[in-house]
Amino acid sequence: MLLKHTTSEIKERSALTVNPAKTCQPIGAMYASLGIHGCLPHSHGSQGCYAYHRSALTRHYKEPVMAATSAFTEGASVFGGQANLLQAIDNMFTVYNPDIIAVHTTCLSETIGDDIPQIVKKAEADGKIPEGKYVIHANTPSYVGSHVTGFSNMCKSMVDYFSESNGHKSKTINLIPGYVEPSDMEEIRRIASEMKLKTIMFPDTSGVLNGPMTGRFKMYPDGGVTIDQLKQTGSGMGTVAMGRLASMAAARALDNKCKVPCEIIDLPIGLHGTDAFIDTLRHIAGVNVPDSLTFERGQMVDIISDMHQYFYGKRVGLVGDPDQLLALTKFLVSLDMHPVYIVTGTPAGKKYEKALREVVKDVPGEVKISVPGDMYLFHQWIKQEPVDLLIGNSYVKYIAKDDDIPYVRYGFPILDRVGHSYFPTVGYKGGMRLLEKILDALLDRQDRDATDINMELVM
Amino acid sequence: MANAALKEEIFELDGMDPEKVKEEMLSAYPTKVARKRAKQIIVNKVEGEDVPIIQSNVRTVPGLIGQRGCCYAGCKGVVLGPTRDIVNITHGPIGCGFYSWLTRRNQTDATTTPDGHNFMTYCFSTDMQDEQIIFGGEKKLKQAIQEAYDNFHPKAIAVFATCPVGLIGDDVHSVCKEMKEKLGINIFGFSCEGYKGVSQSAGHHIANNQIFKHVIGNDDTVKDGDYKLNLLGEYNIGGDAFEIERIFKKCGITQVASFSGNSTIDAFANAHTADLNLIMCHRSINYVAEMMEKKYGLPWIKVNFIGAEATAKSLRKIAAYFDDPKLTEKVEAVIAEELPEVKKACAEVLPRTKGKRAMLFVGGSRAHHYQELFNELGMETLSAGYEFGHRDDYEGRKVLPGIKVDADSRNIEELKVEADPEKFKPRKSPEELEKLRSCGLEFAGYEGMMPEMKNGSLVIDDISQHETDTIVEAFKPDLFCAGIKEKYSIQKHGIPLKQLHSYDYGGPYAGFKGAVNFYKEIDRMVNSKIWGYLKAPWQTNPELAATYAWD
Repeated sequence: MLLKHTTSEIKERSALTVNPAKTCQPIGAMYASLGIHGCLPHSHGSQGCYAYHRSALTRHYKEPVMAATSAFTEGASVFGGQANLLQAIDNMFTVYNPDIIAVHTTCLSETIGDDIPQIVKKAEADGKIPEGKYVIHANTPSYVGSHVTGFSNMCKSMVDYFSESNGHKSKTINLIPGYVEPSDMEEIRRIASEMKLKTIMFPDTSGVLNGPMTGRFKMYPDGGVTIDQLKQTGSGMGTVAMGRLASMAAARALDNKCKVPCEIIDLPIGLHGTDAFIDTLRHIAGVNVPDSLTFERGQMVDIISDMHQYFYGKRVGLVGDPDQLLALTKFLVSLDMHPVYIVTGTPAGKKYEKALREVVKDVPGEVKISVPGDMYLFHQWIKQEPVDLLIGNSYVKYIAKDDDIPYVRYGFPILDRVGHSYFPTVGYKGGMRLLEKILDALLDRQDRDATDINMELVM
Repeated sequence: MANAALKEEIFELDGMDPEKVKEEMLSAYPTKVARKRAKQIIVNKVEGEDVPIIQSNVRTVPGLIGQRGCCYAGCKGVVLGPTRDIVNITHGPIGCGFYSWLTRRNQTDATTTPDGHNFMTYCFSTDMQDEQIIFGGEKKLKQAIQEAYDNFHPKAIAVFATCPVGLIGDDVHSVCKEMKEKLGINIFGFSCEGYKGVSQSAGHHIANNQIFKHVIGNDDTVKDGDYKLNLLGEYNIGGDAFEIERIFKKCGITQVASFSGNSTIDAFANAHTADLNLIMCHRSINYVAEMMEKKYGLPWIKVNFIGAEATAKSLRKIAAYFDDPKLTEKVEAVIAEELPEVKKACAEVLPRTKGKRAMLFVGGSRAHHYQELFNELGMETLSAGYEFGHRDDYEGRKVLPGIKVDADSRNIEELKVEADPEKFKPRKSPEELEKLRSCGLEFAGYEGMMPEMKNGSLVIDDISQHETDTIVEAFKPDLFCAGIKEKYSIQKHGIPLKQLHSYDYGGPYAGFKGAVNFYKEIDRMVNSKIWGYLKAPWQTNPELAATYAWD
């Protein structure tokens, strides 16, 4: 047994987190920063932070993840990190020549209280920021929120630093895709372009963290939203922000700053999630939905109807990030599956939990939800009453193996499989992929458990 | 004659002047940075006892992008992480605990201890929130220890401080002491805040200190078995320690404790009853060996089980120490039995690996140890360096007295250790030690990496991304060895990278069987056809025919 000390006996815990279902803010900020073209993310803390974040992102994407650090020592921790950041900015521009440096803070620099804008101003005054280059920042204290919060904060910073209104509304729609995979961002862009819409998406990690092998290492890959595009977001006709936790702050900031109205919707995961996304785009832009997308939708409904018997009534346990969980739960409910245990480590708030409860209100029996919770509690619930399917990141593998439960890898981090950076789970195509993954897990189990007598060839 | 003496010898490295490559690396840096890095990039030139000085264990330059992690990573992640029966609680925000959760591949076999405890698959954290940052986190830590005890009933709990803990002034040691008294199990803390020291290395030292203070020597039971020793600085990545244990067992050697691959706290407590300490990773664990020698009287020798020849050599060193013909005979028999298969495997791949060129930038020992295996494969190491090594790891322990302790190292506690009035027991008489020394067995010695590297090779400490890219572009090596953060940027160049922290999820590579695994793996990597797929047919032959091919 991998998690042999986990039993069904639940004891009240108020201080100890065991097997977290979240990580800290800075990694989300680093990921968002990588979605800006020519950007070098910078971690203002001790060098362990960026080492851990780069390692985790690299293991998840199997791609180079470039970022720098202020490399605090004890002295810097006592006297503040100004000297370190000034030196870092100079070195980064001199040696690595990025277009932009996106600084995020850490628990260390936040506890000290370093004032990043003031330090950046000093760097500017000292002539350490070359003409036409930028240094932006986001405050990402690790002791508040989660990696999703960090992502959200960096997205908002992109607006705070760059979005500007030139007085004319352009025909462009801003898309804030949420904390999703590069493949998802690409798919969101494809759907919008199928609808012949002009869009700016930020951040955009496609082409950055799913790049090709060419024999040349590019420190700054071709992908990413450009600074010009970020500036233009202020003149967009509207913003569609996907996922409240990850994208709402940036969308609201853009509305406040440049009067660009926003629609905040769920992540376009599953049938209804994608329907809502496409319908929102249709209304904002006043366009017709092309037959190609309706065709894809029909294919997805076709799979659902063909295989409904295998989904029906299956008990599912999910652990992951709040925006994904909400959309995914809706999707599972639409398949007549029963999401019964739902855990996120992110403190997503009462409103969020209410929204989640609303989605599962017709699921028979008790639905256990913990916001925020951890995977130890999640596993204890499973020990009390098992489920038919688990959905979650690579750490869920240990639960799946111990309790012999079919399992679909989904979320962050996925450290032991490829695919997530290349094949989306958003949109109808992504939904079909999710259906395939769920069916594979369930039907492989049925095959495995079948006897010589009841083995089915056709399913 | 004076002129001849002054003339700098010019070495050639793979058809290039290494000094020129060094210059190229430095030319991109601001002056101050270049000056600093120049002392950490050394063209190797060993003449007899003379080894060039390499600046190391100094601060990383902010903004340069390097490989290093932090003090916490070295303490919790490296040294204590592999011990299965301690509940390791990270006191801090969630990230540090999360990132060090199962990411280091330390294998362990809990079936060999009666209680079967294994907490390595778990991550325990106080998940510090802003409330604790403002009002202090000791209360939450206390409660977390209580909850860990109530839920898991471990025999020991360790607490690891992260950056903010030091800043807000939480006293993890007093909390641990209080809870130890309350719960009656061993509970101890580590002040391993990430900002301490200049790399993981500080964390190793802190881990060594606390294990020595709180655990080693707690159990005086003398266990049965001959030739009792401890293996230090072997972390059982990919099952390395299992392979070494297999060989020990075959030789009739008794391993009392391992620090810390496949380890338990009970074995640590009992370690001082062994008669010899073996050191694998000198950097991470030499402190414990030094302190055990002073307090309990058991000497240490440096060994290396990476490489078949090195394994044989290390076994012979052990036999020489115990100086018992029975053991010597057994060791020789095991070597004679195991080596032929290894040699055969090596001979099979050698025609394909011979002459290939490698670079190694990793850790505080591996960049040295793995050169053994490349030597066996007929490969040349063009360049190597440590991520967090000190001068003694490069130049040998003889430089220790001359190393200036800077402010960053001075902050790491240096325990004052004296001979234990009851438990100190010299394992050998001065005459016996002298005799062993005269036969070539070196105690408390480590020659370092540079004396074993060719003159002209580039030794680079704490290598940066820019320097990495420069040497890769310049030499186009056949293989680069480093870690996960470096892996894909190197491979984008079209050059395979072997991870020497995680072994790319392969291994074991230690001992005899490990060597065979490594030969096969390196053969796969340096001779793979996949690196020839980079160009599409239309990129190599862009010209278009004027007509359809079938016309």
